[in-house]
Amino acid sequence: MWFYLCRRLVLAIAIIAIAVTLLFLMIRAVPGDPAAVLLGPRATPEMKALLHQQMGLDKPLVVQIATFFGGLLHGDLGFDVFSQRPVADIVFEQLPYTIQLILVSISCAVAIAVPLGCYSAMRRNSLVDQVAGVVTVATIAIPSFVVAVYALLIFAVTLRWLPAIGAGNGFWDGPIHLVLPGFAIGIGWVGYISRLVRASMLEVLGENHVRMARSFGISEWRIVARYALPLAILPTVTILGVGIAWLLSSAVFIEVVFARPGIGALIVNAVHTRNYPIVMGVVLVSTFLIVSATTLSDVINAFLDPRTREKL
Amino acid sequence: MSALLRVEDLRVRFRTMGPLKALATGTRAPFIDALCGVSFEIRKGETLALVGESGSGKSTIARTIIGLQRAVSGSISFDGQEIEELSGAERKPYLRRMAMMFQDPIGSLSPRLTVRSLLTEPFRIHGLKDRDVEGEAERLLRMVGLSAEFARRYPHQLSGGQARRVGIARALALSPDLLIADEPTAGLDVSVQGEVLNLLARLQTELGMAILIITHNLNVVRHMTDRMAIMYLGRFIEVGATERIFDQPRHPYTEALLAANPEPDPDAVLNRIELKGEVPSLMRRPSGCEFHTRCRYAQDICSRVFPEPSAGQEDKKHSFRCHFPIAGDILPTSERPKLSIGKTRFR
Amino acid sequence: MAIVESILPETNDAMAAESSRTFLRQFRQNLLGMLGAVLVIFIAATAIFAPLMITHDPIRIMVGPRLAGPSLDFLLGTDQLGRDTFSRVVMGGRIPLLVAFASLGSSLAVGLVLGLIAGFGPRWLDNLLLLVFDTIRSFPSIIFALAMIALLGPSLASIILVIAITSMPIYARVVRTQTEALRSSEYIAAERSMGAGTTRILAVHVLPNVLGPLLILVSMDVPAVIAVEAGLSFLGMGVRPPTPDWGAILNDGYSYINQTPWPVIASGIPIVLATLGFTFLGEALRDIFDPKLRKDL
Repeated sequence: MWFYLCRRLVLAIAIIAIAVTLLFLMIRAVPGDPAAVLLGPRATPEMKALLHQQMGLDKPLVVQIATFFGGLLHGDLGFDVFSQRPVADIVFEQLPYTIQLILVSISCAVAIAVPLGCYSAMRRNSLVDQVAGVVTVATIAIPSFVVAVYALLIFAVTLRWLPAIGAGNGFWDGPIHLVLPGFAIGIGWVGYISRLVRASMLEVLGENHVRMARSFGISEWRIVARYALPLAILPTVTILGVGIAWLLSSAVFIEVVFARPGIGALIVNAVHTRNYPIVMGVVLVSTFLIVSATTLSDVINAFLDPRTREKL
Repeated sequence: MSALLRVEDLRVRFRTMGPLKALATGTRAPFIDALCGVSFEIRKGETLALVGESGSGKSTIARTIIGLQRAVSGSISFDGQEIEELSGAERKPYLRRMAMMFQDPIGSLSPRLTVRSLLTEPFRIHGLKDRDVEGEAERLLRMVGLSAEFARRYPHQLSGGQARRVGIARALALSPDLLIADEPTAGLDVSVQGEVLNLLARLQTELGMAILIITHNLNVVRHMTDRMAIMYLGRFIEVGATERIFDQPRHPYTEALLAANPEPDPDAVLNRIELKGEVPSLMRRPSGCEFHTRCRYAQDICSRVFPEPSAGQEDKKHSFRCHFPIAGDILPTSERPKLSIGKTRFR
Repeated sequence: MAIVESILPETNDAMAAESSRTFLRQFRQNLLGMLGAVLVIFIAATAIFAPLMITHDPIRIMVGPRLAGPSLDFLLGTDQLGRDTFSRVVMGGRIPLLVAFASLGSSLAVGLVLGLIAGFGPRWLDNLLLLVFDTIRSFPSIIFALAMIALLGPSLASIILVIAITSMPIYARVVRTQTEALRSSEYIAAERSMGAGTTRILAVHVLPNVLGPLLILVSMDVPAVIAVEAGLSFLGMGVRPPTPDWGAILNDGYSYINQTPWPVIASGIPIVLATLGFTFLGEALRDIFDPKLRKDL
C-alpha cells in the first residue's frame, strides 16, 4: 500500500514537472521575442533590453528553467510586467472566486442529482425515469456557455429577476449573483451524476445483502438510504476528483459570460493581451489542482476498492 | 537416427515483480525459475510427450523452442543449428520447418480472418505467393477432413473440433519437420478427442514429422508417443520409452501420476495412490529432492541431498531423479489393458 | 455429418444477414439514436448545401438594418453590422464540422499509432508514453487551449491542433489497453510461432480488432469538439471576423443582448441541435455495438 502511495505521488510530481517544462519550452519556442510582443512595435532597443533583463530572458534556457523551478518551490510564479506585481498574487487573488463558483455549482448539482438518481433506480422504467434519462443526456451534451447565455437572456435581460453580471458583494448580493452561473455549470453535472448514481444504485440493489434486507420487510426508501446509497455513491466521489478539469473549463466560459472575477476571466484577458506570465501562472495553478485531484481520487479509489488494493 | 531437436540445459526465468518494487521490498531475486536445466532430444519422425501438472513448465518448453520466450541459458539446436540466440528475422527459416498448435482451438485462430485466410497465412508469412493458395487451402481442408465450404467461415462459427482441425491444417500447411502440440485434445468432447488424435496419427505416418505433445491426458501419451518425459517444478524427473515407463515407473511421482489416471477399463483393479499436499510454489522450492514434501517413500536424505539424474541399468535411455526408485512392478503389464487407436476406445 | 455440413454454410449466410438485420432493428428501436441520426444528417446536409440555401451574402455588411428582428426578407433578423443572421448561421455550421473532422481525424491517426506502439512495444516505451499521455491529460483542456492560442495566435489551425493534442491521449490509451490484452492472446502467439513479423501482426490481427471501439469513441467525441470550437470562437479565439461561425455569431449576439435577442437565439439553437444530435447518435452506436465500452473522464 505504501509502495503504491509513494509511486502515485512520485508520478504526480513527475507529471507536474514535465508539464511545467513543456509549457516553458513552448513559450520559448514561439517565433518572435516575447518582450517585443509585450511592448508593441514602438519599443526602443533599450526598453527591450531592460524587459529582457526583468524577465530573465538574457540567461541560457537551462538556467531559466532552473530559476523557474526554484521560484515555484517558493510559490513564485513569475512577475507580471504590466501591473508590476507578482503573478502569484494576481492568480491567488482571483482563485477563490473560481473555487467558490465551482463548489457551489457542484454541491447544488449533487443535492439534486443524488435523489433523482435514486428515484430513477427505484422506479426503473417509470415515466420519471425515462424522461430523466433523455433530459440528462441532453443536459450533459449542451455546452455550458450556451446554457449561460440563454439563462442570461431569459432571467436577467428579459425577466430581470436576477442580476446579469459581476460577483456582487454583501450578505445577499453574493449568493444572488451565483444563481445563474451556478445553474449554467451545475446542470450538466446534475445529468451526469444522476446517471452515475442510477447505474451504480441498480447494481447495488441487485446484490444479496440488499435483497436480504428487503425480505425482512424494511421499507424501500430506508434500504436505499441506509444500505445502498453509501455503496452507490462511491463512483460519484471518485469521478468528482477527475471532474475538476471539466469544472475549470466551464468556469472559464461562465466567468466571461457573467463578467465574474476568477482565474478563467483572468486567463482570457491575458490571452487577449498576450500576457504570457499570467497565462503561464493560470495554467500552472490549474494543472496543479487537476493533478492533485486525480491523484487524490486514485488513492481514495485504491483504499476503497479491495480489488485495486490487491493489485498493488 | 540423428536428433532433429536437441535441447540442452535449458533455463527460463520469469520476473515476479518490477525492479523498483524488488528494491523497495528488499527482494534479492525477484524471479522464479520456470525451467531449471532441461535437456532432451527428439529424433526425426519421433513422438515425445511432456507430462506434468499445470505449472510444471511443459508449455514454457514449447514456447521457448518456438521463440516466444527467451531462455536465460542453455541451447536449443534444430537440425544441428543453434536457434536459441536467433532474433525474429533470423529464426524465420526455422519457424517454417516447425509448427505449434496452441491449447485453445478457437482462441488460437485470429477472429477476423476467414478459414481460407487463416490457412493461407503461413504461405504469405513465408513469402510463398507463387503457390496456388486457393488450391492449397482446399487441399489442406480435405487433408483434415473438412469440406471446402468451411473456407468461408470465421473462427467463431466453428465447433471446437472443427477449429482444431483447422489448426492442424494450418500447422501442417508447410509440411514441417516438427509439430509441437500443446494440449491438442483440451476442451474437446471425448468422441472428438479420438477423431483428432486419429487424424494426427494418420498425418504423422503420411508426412513423417516429429511431434512434441504436451498433455496431462495419459491416454493420449500412451497411444500416441514413443517416449515420454515427466516434469515436476521445471525439471525432468523421469524420461524414457513410453511403454517402459507405463510398465515400470521408477520415480514415485510418476507412479502416483500414472495411478491417478482414470482407467478406461471398468474391470481394472483400482490402484490409486493419493498425492499428499499441494504442488510447492516455484518461489519457494523445497530443499534436496523437490518432491520430498509429497513423497510417500521420503527418507531423511531426500530433504537434504538433491538427486542427480541416474540411468537405469537395463536401459541407458530410461533415466530418473530419485534416491529410492521403485524397484519392482507395482502394476503388472497384464492388468493394464492395451488400447488401440481409433478402434473402440477413442470413439 | 455430411448433411450438417451441407446445411451449415447456408445458415452462416443467414446468420450474417440476421446480424445486420438485428442492427437495423435495434437502431430503429433506439428512438433517441434515430432522432440523433436525423439531426446529424440535417446538419451535415445544411453545411454541405449552405451556399445554395443562403438568402444574402453572409459577409457583406449593411444588407439590411442593424439589429432588426425576423422578417420575410431577413428570416432570423440582422446583427450589429446589418448582416443577415440566417445566412450567417447556415454558413456558420461548416467550420465546426470541419474542425471536428480535421482534429478528430488526425487525433485518431496519431492516437492509434502511439497506442499500438505503447501496447506492443517494449515496457519502457510503454511507460514513457503513458507518462506523456497522463501529462497531456492533466492539462485542463480549455485552459491549455487558451495557452496554446496565446502562443500560436487565434486561428482555426490552432484550434484543430489543440483539440487533436488534447483528445489524442484517450484514444491512445484505449488502443493501448486493447492491444495489450490482445498481445497475450493465443492467436497472436500462434501468429508469432509461424514467424509473422510485428508489422504484419499489428496490421492484420490487432488493428481490425481495435478500430471498432475506437471509432465509436471518436464519434462520441464529436459533440465535445463542436462545443469546444464554438466556445473558443465565442471567446473570440477562433476564426477571424467576418467569417461566419456559430460561436462567433453567439459572441456578437451576446455583446448586443440588451438590444436584441435574435442573434443569440439563432446561433445557440444550432449548437444545441448539433451537440445533441451527435451525442444521441454516438450513444446509440455504443449501446448497440459495444455496451461495455466506457470512457473515463
